[in-house]
Amino acid sequence: MDQGYLNLETLWFALIGVLWIGYFFLEGFDFGVGILLPFIGRDEVDRRILVNTIGPVWDGNEVWLIVAGGATFAAFPEWYATLFSGFYLALFLILAALIFRGVAFEFRGKDKHPEWARWWDRAIFWGSAVPALLWGVAWANILQGVPIDANKEFVGTFFDLLNPYALLGGVTSLLLFTLHGGVFVALKTDTELQLRARRAAKVLALPATVSVLGFLTWTFVNARGNDGVVPGVVPISALIAVAAVEWLLREKLDGWAFVATGLSIVLITATIFLNLYPRVMPSSITEANDLTIWNAASTHYTLTVMTVVAAIFTPIVLLYQGWTYWVFRKRIRRADAEGGSGSPGLGAGPAGDGEAPSPA
Amino acid sequence: MDAFDLARWQFAITTIFHFFFVPLSIGLAFITAIMQTAWYRTKDPAYLRMTRFWGKLFLINFALGVVTGIVQEFQFGMNWSTYSRFVGDIFGAPLAIEGLLAFFLESTFLGLWIFGWNRLPPRIHLATIWLVAIGTGLSAFFILAANAWMQHPVGYEINPETGRAELQDIMAMLTNVTAWSHFAHTMLAALLTGGMFVIGVSAYHLRRKQETVIFRRSMTIALVISLFASLGVAFSGHFQAQLVAQQQPMKTASAEALWETEQGAGFSLFAVGDVENGRNHINIQLPNMLSVLTTNTWNGEVRGINDIQAEYERRFGPGSYIPVVGVIYWTFRLMVGAGLLMILISVVGLWLLRKGTLEDATWYLRLAPFAIALPYLANSTGWIMTEMGRQPWVVFGVMLTRDALSTSVGAGFVLTTLIGFTVIYGLLSVVDVYLLSRFARSEPPEVTEPSAEPALVY
Repeated sequence: MDQGYLNLETLWFALIGVLWIGYFFLEGFDFGVGILLPFIGRDEVDRRILVNTIGPVWDGNEVWLIVAGGATFAAFPEWYATLFSGFYLALFLILAALIFRGVAFEFRGKDKHPEWARWWDRAIFWGSAVPALLWGVAWANILQGVPIDANKEFVGTFFDLLNPYALLGGVTSLLLFTLHGGVFVALKTDTELQLRARRAAKVLALPATVSVLGFLTWTFVNARGNDGVVPGVVPISALIAVAAVEWLLREKLDGWAFVATGLSIVLITATIFLNLYPRVMPSSITEANDLTIWNAASTHYTLTVMTVVAAIFTPIVLLYQGWTYWVFRKRIRRADAEGGSGSPGLGAGPAGDGEAPSPA
Repeated sequence: MDAFDLARWQFAITTIFHFFFVPLSIGLAFITAIMQTAWYRTKDPAYLRMTRFWGKLFLINFALGVVTGIVQEFQFGMNWSTYSRFVGDIFGAPLAIEGLLAFFLESTFLGLWIFGWNRLPPRIHLATIWLVAIGTGLSAFFILAANAWMQHPVGYEINPETGRAELQDIMAMLTNVTAWSHFAHTMLAALLTGGMFVIGVSAYHLRRKQETVIFRRSMTIALVISLFASLGVAFSGHFQAQLVAQQQPMKTASAEALWETEQGAGFSLFAVGDVENGRNHINIQLPNMLSVLTTNTWNGEVRGINDIQAEYERRFGPGSYIPVVGVIYWTFRLMVGAGLLMILISVVGLWLLRKGTLEDATWYLRLAPFAIALPYLANSTGWIMTEMGRQPWVVFGVMLTRDALSTSVGAGFVLTTLIGFTVIYGLLSVVDVYLLSRFARSEPPEVTEPSAEPALVY
């Protein structure tokens, strides 16, 4: 079998990696906004501003996950089958959380009763926090290896997934996404809310850095026993990036701080994929049972078809999603939002004409 | 109940629930786009108010379609992992393509549409809602192509070494006549769902003489759409029925409770079956009509359940290849009945409109809101018939549903998630119906220009 890097199996492994990187980078900050909602949203206007910072984009961000799922099904059906039947209850919890969270954005402003918005805010918080934690748990487990038998079936239990390394992975993703969201809010709002977001991010920066350091060190120790790529410079850069956030925020370089949190998420996800390669789901029972890009993949024909489709449409998608961020690049200003004292349909005037946040 | 039954119930509940929202989303996307186009062309503020009113209902409904759709993408791996391993080479591709082509398009441009009223030039903003509508159509095509492959597998081979189905020809899959027949029937049904919804809600307001300009225009657009769509659904349905008679004769025979092969078979109107003994106690028929409908000839042969069962036992080995005949028979009749009623409602409504007496026809305006239930009945029963009629196969003639289950997932897990999804979906449907009915009965927003927008949308 072709063991070089120039093959469709490697390409699709990389593409799925890119989809997860995109998903964690994008939905990472909108999870963070949801988690911070009850803490930095002091009144209804604040909370509406927070929801509106991600309003136009959260759904598009979530599609990265759906496409990652679909691409895994198409390119590595055995991986898709083993992963989702194996991580059954964890996936159910994630799906339930994403369901409540998604409708909450659309529904929270649809009724005037004060308790109505409160309940949907709870849905946004839990719907963001649960997946932010569980994605880290899931990926740490994938990388560490779970019990997989010779028939490529998961033979562990739900509690096997709750081991210390995986829980550290979960804490890391939770902290990192929350930090990423805090910096994002600092970029997208003004006045008190912006200050609170920056303060929250500063508080989170140190625990996030410690957590990343712990997770990456443990990953490195684990990695020495396997045949994956051990990418020294990538995790080290991830650590440097997250360690710089506190300082960047102190210097009021919010744009650069966002680049740093984003980079850290991107590079940690990349570390996981590099370390896995060419395995997709190592077995903790024996190496012989590992799912790899070779024994989990679709046929060459299917991979070719998928490659052609992806080559044509991925650039188009990136172009219009990028354009959306450009259209909604402006800050949401409290003064504009208060134009209608927080009730829909009253606030007139152009929405936010401030400067675009830039990494400068 | 074992894990198999529970997993089937779970798929049925999550999928029917998902498809409860999808057709209205597709239909309203197109109707909203048409109204916004009318506003863009005429600059008449009434059309803008219509766009905002129906657009809001579209969004409430769309949210549930999206979140229940996420489950669809993952549940094949969760409960049906053996199926996923077996067909992933074929079945995964349309799902991935659907995500890349349709979901990104819908979600991104929907965000632009909701939040972009005063940030995008009117022409670009109009384009965003059309792109959303096109996205819903693309999504429908790819998922129906995947389903059509399960109904009528083409362009594949079974690899004797791995025992897996492998894709040989993607074009055969995408040009599968079953897929296009599904697509035409489903898209027209979605437009009809949107049409009947707008008719019902407009009738509610017209009866109360509220905002008559807005709702008269909405009603007119919806009646025209519904007439074409309901007739189109009937014709495409007829075509599809003939296709099913060739591809899955067992489904046709079950839908007609036709036990023995007959020449000049009658179309059953009411039957009481005796499944044990493979016959009917009572069967009231329109003579020769089934032969006419399925073969286009007066005395054409239509094969019966008992004959097909005997043939399948020879071909596939011992076992029952008969679906639950009673369910197939009655869901088919409910679907067709609801469809015919919708044609009638559209024709009568247009006739009253032409006479100029629609707004005084209290009986019509009073009944029309109840007719909103009809497309939902037809959509659900149609899919129950299509999917249950394929049983015991998950991929017709290739893989039995019983062999498709996840082997590593116990009944307790399936039961847990079955209860979980049912409770969540139940709660959300209560909220959705509450919001839809409240906003449907509210007055359209007072907007004259799109720039009079709040800074915050959500």
